[in-house]
Amino acid sequence: MGRYVLRRLLQLIPVFLGTTFLIYALVWAIPQDPFAGKCGQRPCDPAYIAEMSQKLNLNDPLVVQYFKYLGNLLVGDFGTTFNGVSVGEQIATSWPITLKMGIIALIIEAVIGIIAGVLTGLRKQGFLDNLVLVSTLFLISLPVFVTGFVLRLYLGPQGFDLMDTSVSSDPTFGELILPGFVLGSLSMAYVARLTRSSIVENRRADYVRTAIAKGQPQSRVVGIHLLRNSLIPVITFLGTDLGALMGGAIVTEGVFNINGIGGLIFRGIQEKEGIMVTGIVTLLVLVYLLMSLIVDLLYAVLDPRIRYE
Amino acid sequence: MEFRTRDGVAKVLNGVSYHVSAGETLAVLGESGSGKSVTAQTIMGILDTPPGFITNGSIKFRGEDLLTQSAEERRMVRGEGIAMIFQDALSALNPVFTIGFQIEEQLKVRRGLSKADARKRAVELLDQVKIPNAKGRVNDYPHQFSGGMRQRAMIAMSLALDPELLIADEPTTALDVTVQAQIMDLLAEIQKERDMGMILITHDLGVVADVADRISVMYAGRIVEHADVYELFRAPGHPYTESLLESLPRVDLRGQELKTIKGLPPSLTNIPPGCPFNPRCPRVFDRCVTEVPAVHNLGMGRTSRCHIAEEVVARG
Repeated sequence: MGRYVLRRLLQLIPVFLGTTFLIYALVWAIPQDPFAGKCGQRPCDPAYIAEMSQKLNLNDPLVVQYFKYLGNLLVGDFGTTFNGVSVGEQIATSWPITLKMGIIALIIEAVIGIIAGVLTGLRKQGFLDNLVLVSTLFLISLPVFVTGFVLRLYLGPQGFDLMDTSVSSDPTFGELILPGFVLGSLSMAYVARLTRSSIVENRRADYVRTAIAKGQPQSRVVGIHLLRNSLIPVITFLGTDLGALMGGAIVTEGVFNINGIGGLIFRGIQEKEGIMVTGIVTLLVLVYLLMSLIVDLLYAVLDPRIRYE
Repeated sequence: MEFRTRDGVAKVLNGVSYHVSAGETLAVLGESGSGKSVTAQTIMGILDTPPGFITNGSIKFRGEDLLTQSAEERRMVRGEGIAMIFQDALSALNPVFTIGFQIEEQLKVRRGLSKADARKRAVELLDQVKIPNAKGRVNDYPHQFSGGMRQRAMIAMSLALDPELLIADEPTTALDVTVQAQIMDLLAEIQKERDMGMILITHDLGVVADVADRISVMYAGRIVEHADVYELFRAPGHPYTESLLESLPRVDLRGQELKTIKGLPPSLTNIPPGCPFNPRCPRVFDRCVTEVPAVHNLGMGRTSRCHIAEEVVARG
């Protein structure tokens, strides 16, 4: 096990280098003057251009630029934007907010999705099954910004006034529940369907019959014997989904006016702040890589037939 | 017992009746699809409804009809009164839990034993079914056991609550011949030790001859013959049993073509009129096609569902 973890951690290095280089190249190799429109209506001052080019290593070949950037990154320096704002500080303020929202979304999609999936998987072709199938189809086909706007409008003060839908600049968990729900809604539908099909597949398994034949109570037959086996694919999905949720927060954050990573990427792209975009996307890559490692390790815990030598 | 399927109602079991006493082994013999496993699962109450429906009948255990009991009462009978072991122990054991967990679960949930006591008892049970180094292997997962060991573990699990009746559904079919013999010996030994009743479901006449006291032969969801094991092998009372015995490979007939029963067992949604065995029966005559044979009593507790049962027995 230890050796496997070590090997996987070492594998992270080339993957990390490859993806970050790709991102860096995509952002900085665009055939366009990086200073276009940076200084209002007039062209930038040559002295400023010279200074910034020096700072961002723009005069070096792309590969050299990349490695210089990487070197700074390794000592924790994310660089500064064209306005001289530290990217590291920006990320430090917005990162926790998005992470919080991502975790809330993950919890909501896991809890609701798994419960809906188990209930419908056990009772196929009933009213509940049809209800869940139709509502998940509905959620899957709706774009997130529609779900977000509709919920915000109808639940908020302009609608039925059921809750305060505004989110402060340093949001609490409570404020992030609705945005988290919106963010997780699409995945929640997938989790429900995945759990349902997994339960349907396993509930006629021989070991479930054995558990019933042993006279175990129904709650244990389902909650322990059936669920443990059925959740293996669901856990995989949930694990890799955290990265997707954080990267996908752009729209949700926009709808609810949340000062998170998504907004930062969006502004970075809009204002052509390459250094900002690269920094955040690099972080997201790291989240993905770590989550997939955790999922692989969790696999061995959930299914003892999988062993890493 | 009926299965309501898309292709119509399958009368899976029809007039099946047998009894087992403590310390006795009843073998239920039949081809695939003859209803032997369904009978067992009906007794256990582990068939899914739908599609399975019990239209009438009774299952008496300790003098009480299980079919009139509540679901909860029946659950309490499972494991404690009647336990069951299955054909393929690899799929019948839960792959993600240790053998120890699956045995201890019974003791903890059903008997309220503490964790330590349950562990101690689980090791004892594994020891009883002759698993070497039981103490060390109790933490192993099913896939780490060999086929024979898995079936032993399954038996240990079924014994956890000291059942009075054990239903063994083709316990040795998935195993190779030497291991089969070991498992059958083990079952016989345990049964004797505990004075436990046993229903042994099998299609293997060899296994039956070794361990059974009485035999019920099933065909198309009915018991066609019921007899003491020696009587049945000496003189079968139904043409189906007769054909089964004739299709056994015999050392003294080496070089001759092996006899088989022509044709296939009938589909249970479409059982032929008259005697269900008539399309394949070597002794078929006109009455067989029109009239369902009644149960013929052949004395000494022997019965046969054949119009000419007496004649068949006499010939043997």
